[in-house]
Amino acid sequence: MILLTRKADFSAAHFYWNDAWSEAENHRVFGKCANRQGHGHNYTLEVTVAGSIDPTSGFVVDLKQLKDILEREVISVYDHRHLNYEVPEFTTTIPTTENIAVAIWRRLDGKIPNAKLHRVRVYEMPNLFADYYGEQA
Amino acid sequence: MRPVAHLNRRYYFSASHRLHVDALTPERNREVFGKCNNPFGHGHNYVAQVTFSGPVDAATGMVTNLADLDAFAQRELLDIFDHANLNTLECFRDVVPSTENLSLELWRIFEQYPHANLKRIRVEETGNNSFDYFGEGAPVKHEE
Repeated sequence: MILLTRKADFSAAHFYWNDAWSEAENHRVFGKCANRQGHGHNYTLEVTVAGSIDPTSGFVVDLKQLKDILEREVISVYDHRHLNYEVPEFTTTIPTTENIAVAIWRRLDGKIPNAKLHRVRVYEMPNLFADYYGEQA
Repeated sequence: MRPVAHLNRRYYFSASHRLHVDALTPERNREVFGKCNNPFGHGHNYVAQVTFSGPVDAATGMVTNLADLDAFAQRELLDIFDHANLNTLECFRDVVPSTENLSLELWRIFEQYPHANLKRIRVEETGNNSFDYFGEGAPVKHEE
């Protein structure tokens, strides 16, 4: 078993808001992140998969194939988008770094041939990032 | 059941220290600690990376509110450790301020944070050496 990590970047806008709360409560809890005009980040996504090395190719997974899966399932949906308005999962959940990591896991889980999704790491900034290991972890 | 995520936050502080143990002879101190035993001390730009886990709150989408964590880190870590001489701090009165011991001390500090479960303390002393502590008896994870 070996772990393989692939990075991908996307840039997107978001804001934090809970419709069930008053405006004052949203500002109290979320601070400047509650600005409804939105703000943005350059996100870095790290996807780690676990698998065995194929004796013929020497690969765990074909990196090009993994890159294409990340592009199709995540980057093409998230990049240069407003997460709250344009990405379906965030019409019902707040696009925090934690929720983005969970959402990306759900988008990728079961879609990577010959390997098991091990970890999704999302950097909102170099000093802030979230990890998700799936429901079992 | 709500998903459990891990939140990582990095804090930066600059401090001086000297590795020296009074119980050892001056020669032995120099032998063990090398240039880190320089009597005048020396300093580093430290990075403290803290990892907390917890269920993602359904209302906020967060493991813990960063404003709370940052305020805690400011009060309990940065106000005390930044621009300080580690050897003069109470926690290092009888303990050599190696980065290993610094990691243990930061664990004791962040373990008190009430809103999430501390999983790991990483302290980077320079870009080339870092130390991880997962708490007493916890399994070690060798991943980045």
